[in-house]
Amino acid sequence: MRPFLVRRLILGGAALLGLSLLAFGLIRVIPGDTVMAQLAESGNVSDLAAARAALGLDRPFAVQYATWLGAALRGDLGTSFWSKRPVIEDLLAALPVSVELALLAMLLAMAVALPLGAAAAARRGGTTDLLARLLSFGGLSVPHFWIATLVLLYGSIWFRWVPPLGYVSPRESLGQNLEQFAIPAAILGLHLSARSLRLVRSSLLEALQEDYIRTAWAKGLRGTRVMWGHAFRNALIPILTLLGGQFTYLLSGSVILEDIFSLSGVGRYIVEAVTHRDYPAVQGAILFTGLVVIGVNLVVDLAYAWIDPRIRYQ
Amino acid sequence: MRRWHIGRWIRRHPAGAASAAVLALVLLAAAGADALSPHDPYAQDYDALMRAPGGPYLLGTDYLGRDILSRTLHGGRTSLLISGVAIAAGTVTGTVIGLLSGFYGGWLDGVVQRVVDVVQALPSIILALALMAILGPRTENVVAAIAAIVVPGLARIVRSTVLQLRERQFVEAAQALGASDGRVLRQHILPNTLAPIIVVATNALSGAILIEASLGFLGLGAQPPTPSWGNMLSEEARRYFEQAPWMALPPGLALSLTVLAVNFLGDALRDTLDPRLRRTAA
Repeated sequence: MRPFLVRRLILGGAALLGLSLLAFGLIRVIPGDTVMAQLAESGNVSDLAAARAALGLDRPFAVQYATWLGAALRGDLGTSFWSKRPVIEDLLAALPVSVELALLAMLLAMAVALPLGAAAAARRGGTTDLLARLLSFGGLSVPHFWIATLVLLYGSIWFRWVPPLGYVSPRESLGQNLEQFAIPAAILGLHLSARSLRLVRSSLLEALQEDYIRTAWAKGLRGTRVMWGHAFRNALIPILTLLGGQFTYLLSGSVILEDIFSLSGVGRYIVEAVTHRDYPAVQGAILFTGLVVIGVNLVVDLAYAWIDPRIRYQ
Repeated sequence: MRRWHIGRWIRRHPAGAASAAVLALVLLAAAGADALSPHDPYAQDYDALMRAPGGPYLLGTDYLGRDILSRTLHGGRTSLLISGVAIAAGTVTGTVIGLLSGFYGGWLDGVVQRVVDVVQALPSIILALALMAILGPRTENVVAAIAAIVVPGLARIVRSTVLQLRERQFVEAAQALGASDGRVLRQHILPNTLAPIIVVATNALSGAILIEASLGFLGLGAQPPTPSWGNMLSEEARRYFEQAPWMALPPGLALSLTVLAVNFLGDALRDTLDPRLRRTAA
């Protein structure tokens, strides 16, 4: 376990360092004057010399990077050009919204994907399998922002329904909070279940071909017991890992949905930072998102090694 | 490479064949947008603002009195051209990087792998957004941003294929006969990596079309008045959807149908080209 852990931590650290270079280097890929011209065009910065200094464009690259990284390590991601608040504060305020959306979507995706994937694997090539296949292709192909647009459009035309504006925390009012999150979480969850469905199905199909399944049948066990007690428990490990890997995807999906449903999460923050050419916010958000993703992947890998001893010795 | 029998392939993969046909139609419609469009996609008819479908405007008009059918056709051309060029550029770049890093290994491989790790740690739409923030919302930049997203995935799959091929006897034989590295890579390794490249690139294509549309949706893709499937659904257009709901359907349907066809085709291709996956994949 120890060598695996060390290797994984070193790789994670390297990825983080690379990420910081990417986040930092990105706005320096093009000449500083172009950056300034775009800032001037965006109209949210009045004092260009001050903006140049705030971005550190007036000093050598290595010095700029070291200063910025040092501050970032202390939790200081700079000040937003747009909101004039520290970027880290804005991001931390936005995080609970994104986490709630992600968790609800994940729960929903599981509630659909696990039983349906199992049913599809149990009767391979049957009607359920075909339906599951159609659902997963449809879910992967129809853009969720279009579905969201249609839901908002026809919700308003047919039911006079408009999503409530402004975030209400679940502690204030659980009902209002859920009213805000139900629709976007459902759209995102269905989208994710389309993806997970295939993973669940193929993991189960693989498990069902093992010898111990034949043994279980030979012992005269019932189908449900073979499926859930034997195949599913063994397929669970790959399924859980793959789901952890879906996290990046979940974050991607929430970017536009948060924007459409006016949920002030991390995704919406990024879209607004990009629209306003708010470079410190863009940098901070990239670093923050990457940190979350790398962290989640690390935890998933470790959990995998902990659950399945075979992994540790590879 | 194995020779295919088209007829047998169609019988074995009806969904894949139907998707290929749909895709061919979509491509034809996009390529022939000028000839097929009943109206100029930019012409504004102020006497027919937000006209419901029917009459001279088959799918209705938008908030500026422009023909939605013509804009959907031309929008398809914009969207598919951007994604297609981006995928081509990204595939070539990713393949070259993967070939070199897999074949030579060493520090080059180490650097490439770490860069790929970093880029894959970011959700692709966020990377695309960041690149658009830096480069500015212009069509060429959308192409560059999408291409940049495609490169790591391809580089990684090509690299892992090359790592296996490098140890094979036919490669050793070529080297023993004195073939240069360039010749070995071109003549012996590249042809054997084509199958996974085609599979990954097809998958990436549906992703690229969706990202292009997402950027357009957020107003960061191809800029108006140029129509694209994404920007026909952008904030600017969405303001009028309640008065003219028919504006919302054609670009979204065209987008969904195209991506669906690409996904089905990609699945059939993977089934054909990668026998190892056939056992379990859908």
